Amino acid sequence: MKFVLVLVLLLSIQAANAEVDATSVDFDSQTITIALTQEPPQLNSMKATDQVSIVILSHVIEGLVGYDRRGNVVPGVAERWEIDDKTATFWLRKDARWSDGSPVTAHDFVFAWRKTLEPATASEYAFILYPLMNGEAINQGKMDSSELGVFADDDRTLRIEFARPTGYFVKLTAFVSYFPVRKEFFDKKGGRYAADATDLLYNGPFRLTEWTHSASLKMVKSDSYWDKDNIHLNAINADYITSDTRARLNLFIDGKIVHTRLDGETYKDALTQRFRIRRFSTGNVFFVEYNHRPERITRNRNLRKAIQLVFDPNEMVNKVLATPGNLPGISPFPVWLNGVEDKFRREYPAPVTDIDVEKARELLETARHELKIESFPPLVLLSGDSPTAAKQAEYMQGLLKARLGLDIKIDIQTFKQRLAKMTSGDFDMVNAGWGPDFDDVMTFGDLFASWNLNNRGRYNNPAYDIQVRTAMNSSVPKIRMDAMGELQKIIHDDAVILTQYEQGVIYLMHPKLKGVVRRVIGADPDYTRARVVK
Amino acid sequence: MLAYTLKRLLAGGITVWFIATATFVAMHQVPGDPLMNDKAVTPEIRKNLEQKYGLDKSATEQYFIFLGNMLRGDFGISFTQQNRRVNDIIRDHFPVSATLGLLAIFFAATGGVLWGALTAIYRNRLPDIIIMFLVILGISVPSFVFAALGQLLLVNINSMLGQSLIPVAGWGTFAHMLMPSLVLGLGTMAFLTRLMRSSMLEVVNEEYIKTARAKGLSPVRIFFRHQLRNAILPVITVLGPQVAAITTGGFVVELVFAIPGLGRYFVQAVQQLDYTVIMGTTVFYGAFLVFMVILVDIIYGFVDPRVRLE
Repeated sequence: MKFVLVLVLLLSIQAANAEVDATSVDFDSQTITIALTQEPPQLNSMKATDQVSIVILSHVIEGLVGYDRRGNVVPGVAERWEIDDKTATFWLRKDARWSDGSPVTAHDFVFAWRKTLEPATASEYAFILYPLMNGEAINQGKMDSSELGVFADDDRTLRIEFARPTGYFVKLTAFVSYFPVRKEFFDKKGGRYAADATDLLYNGPFRLTEWTHSASLKMVKSDSYWDKDNIHLNAINADYITSDTRARLNLFIDGKIVHTRLDGETYKDALTQRFRIRRFSTGNVFFVEYNHRPERITRNRNLRKAIQLVFDPNEMVNKVLATPGNLPGISPFPVWLNGVEDKFRREYPAPVTDIDVEKARELLETARHELKIESFPPLVLLSGDSPTAAKQAEYMQGLLKARLGLDIKIDIQTFKQRLAKMTSGDFDMVNAGWGPDFDDVMTFGDLFASWNLNNRGRYNNPAYDIQVRTAMNSSVPKIRMDAMGELQKIIHDDAVILTQYEQGVIYLMHPKLKGVVRRVIGADPDYTRARVVK
Repeated sequence: MLAYTLKRLLAGGITVWFIATATFVAMHQVPGDPLMNDKAVTPEIRKNLEQKYGLDKSATEQYFIFLGNMLRGDFGISFTQQNRRVNDIIRDHFPVSATLGLLAIFFAATGGVLWGALTAIYRNRLPDIIIMFLVILGISVPSFVFAALGQLLLVNINSMLGQSLIPVAGWGTFAHMLMPSLVLGLGTMAFLTRLMRSSMLEVVNEEYIKTARAKGLSPVRIFFRHQLRNAILPVITVLGPQVAAITTGGFVVELVFAIPGLGRYFVQAVQQLDYTVIMGTTVFYGAFLVFMVILVDIIYGFVDPRVRLE
C-alpha cells in the first residue's frame, strides 16, 4: 500500500515536470513569463488606478496615441490629430478593431469619457478628464454627461472642446482613463464588465485569454491588431502573483520570470548571484509634508525653515535609503520633467539650501517667540508602516533632536489609517510622496494649490495659486514654465514641504529579453514591443 | 442522538452569529476609511461610493442589512475588487486553501505519528534527543522563516541539478503543492509528535502491553497492534480543530509560494479595510471552524455513550 502511494507520488511529480519546466523566456515561441506583485484589482479602464492594472490594460487596450521607447507620442487608434487652444480633432484609423471584429469608433471614446466622469461611476482618476469642456461640472454632478465637450462627428472623427488650453492633451490620451470602451459590450455585461477575461473587449497588441484570479493571467498576441507585424512576442504569461520580493528573486534565480524589482534586502542577495543590476527612476518624489492648518505649530515658517536648514538630502539617499538609484530631493519637480526646450530643472535650477545649524537655531528661537510658547511640544511625524518609511521617520527623529533639540513623536499607521489622518489633519508632519499622472510639470505643480484635494497639509498661499492659474490658462510654454519656476521658488522659500528624495528602483531583467521599456508614466514595465533574442 | 445533534447545531449557529457581530463591531472601530485611496476624490464621488456600499446609513442599519444578507448567503461586493462578489472570492479561493491544508494535515499526521512513535521507542537516547530538539524548533520558529528557507532549498536543489525538478512557487500541479504544504504542516507535525510521544509512553506501561509481552508476542506485533493503535487516539481527537486551523492559517505560505488561496484575502482585507471581504471571510472561516468542532463532538457522541446523556 505504502509503495503504491510513493509510486503515485513520484509519477505525479514526473507528470508535473512537463508543465513546470517552462522557462522565463523562449526564443522559438517568443514567449515570456512574468510575476505580478498583486492581483489586478480593476481591469475596467474607466476606474483603474493601480500600477498592476495599468500595466495589464496598456498591453491589451490601445488609446488614441501611445508612447515609443523614448517617450515620444506615436499614433495609436488615431492616425493623426490637430490641436489648438480651444479644440482638438483626432482622425481614427480604419483598421483599428475590437476583438469581436467590430471597428473601434469615435463613439467608443465619447462613451468611455462620459462614463468616467459620471459621479455614479465613482472613478478616482476622473480629474484627469477635467481639461474637457464641462468635465469638472459633470464630475461634480452639476451637469449631465451628454454636455461633455467631446463629439463623434462621424465614426472616425473625434472632436474635442477644451475647458482651458491644454497643450499636453495629446499625451493625456495615452492614459488608461482615456481608453475607448464599446457601449454595447459594456451594457451587455452589466456589473460584470472587466470581471473576467471574457468580460472585456480588446483592441490592443495583446488579448487577455486567461485570468485565474490571484493565480495567473495570460496575454496572447492579437491577430487583429493593426500593427501586429511589429509585435514580436506571441505570449506574455503572468504565472505568479506575489508581493514577496524574496519569492520573486527566487523565481528569477530559478529562471522562471524575466523581471523582478529588488529592495534593500534582496539587493544584497542579487549582488552575490552576480546578476547585472539595473536602475530606473520611477519619477516619484518623496517629501515631508507639513500641516499648515492654523491650529498647528508647523504653520510657522521659521520653524519649517529651521528644519530645512539642517536636513541634507544626500545623507538621506546615501545613508538612510542606501540602495542605488535614488536621487537627493532638492526640488518637488523631478529631473525628468520637460521644460521649454530642455529639461525643466536645467532651465530652472532648484534653489540650493546650505546646511547651517547656527542659523537654524536662531530661526527656531524666532519661531518660539512668534508662537508665544515656552518650549516646543513634541511634533507628530505621521509615517507609513513599511520598513523604509519607519527608517526614514527614525532618521528625522534623530536628526531634529541632535541638531535642533526638537522632539519628534513618530506615529506609524497602516495605509488607510495614515490617509484618514492626513485628510483630517491629525499630524504635524507626514512622510508623503507624489507620482506623476501625466507628462507635464503641472502634475506636480498644482499639488499645493489651495483647491487641490490632495493638498493634505492645507497649504494656502494666494501667490502660489496665481502662478498655478497662470500656467493653467496659457498654452505658451515659456509662460507656463516661468510660472512653474516661480512655484519651485515659493515651495523652497516658504519651506512648504521638505523634499527628501527622487525615487529610483533597482531591478533584474533577463539578458535575452530586449526592448522592454521602463516608463515614468503609464505601463511600467512595458513589454509590448519586446522580443526574445537567441 | 438527533436532539443532541440539533442542540449542537443551534449552539454553533449562535456562535457564528456572535463571531459576525463581534467582527462587525471591531471592524467599524478600526480607525481609517475604507473608501479612501491615494487620490482624493470629489465629495460627489464619495457620496456615490458611500451609497454603493451602504456606508451612508447608520451603523445599526448597516448591521441589520448585513445580517439579512448573511442569512441569504450574500456577502456583497468587494471594496478593492469592485466587480467581484465576496461569495465568488470565497468560492474561487477556498478550495485552493483547503487542498493545501489537507495535504499539510496529511504530512503533519503521518510525520507526527511516525516521529512520535520513534521518540517513544528511543526514549532518552540520541534519536529521541535530536527529534525532540527539532520539535522545539518546529513549534517555536514562525512559518515565514520555514517558508523562506524551504523556497531557498528548492532554488539550490534546482540550480545544482541544472533543471527545475520541483517548482519554486506557483500553483497548478501536485509538484507545486509539496513544499508549501510541508512548510504549512511543520508546526502541527511538531505538536503532534509531542502528543504522540507522551501518549505512547503512557500506553507502554499499561497492563495489556505487559500481558501481550507475557503471551510471548513479537515486539513488532506488540508495537503495531497494541501500542500504536491505542496511542494514536488522542492525535485523532485534536485533528479536527487542527484541520480548520491549518486550512485557514496559510497567509504567509500562500504569499511566499504565490498560491491563490483565501488566506491572502483574509489578511489583506484587514490591511485594506475591505469591509465586505473582512466580514465574508471571517464569518466563513468562523462557521468552518465551528462546523469542524461540532463534527468532532458528534463523532464523540457515537463513540462515547456518556456524551449523549448530557
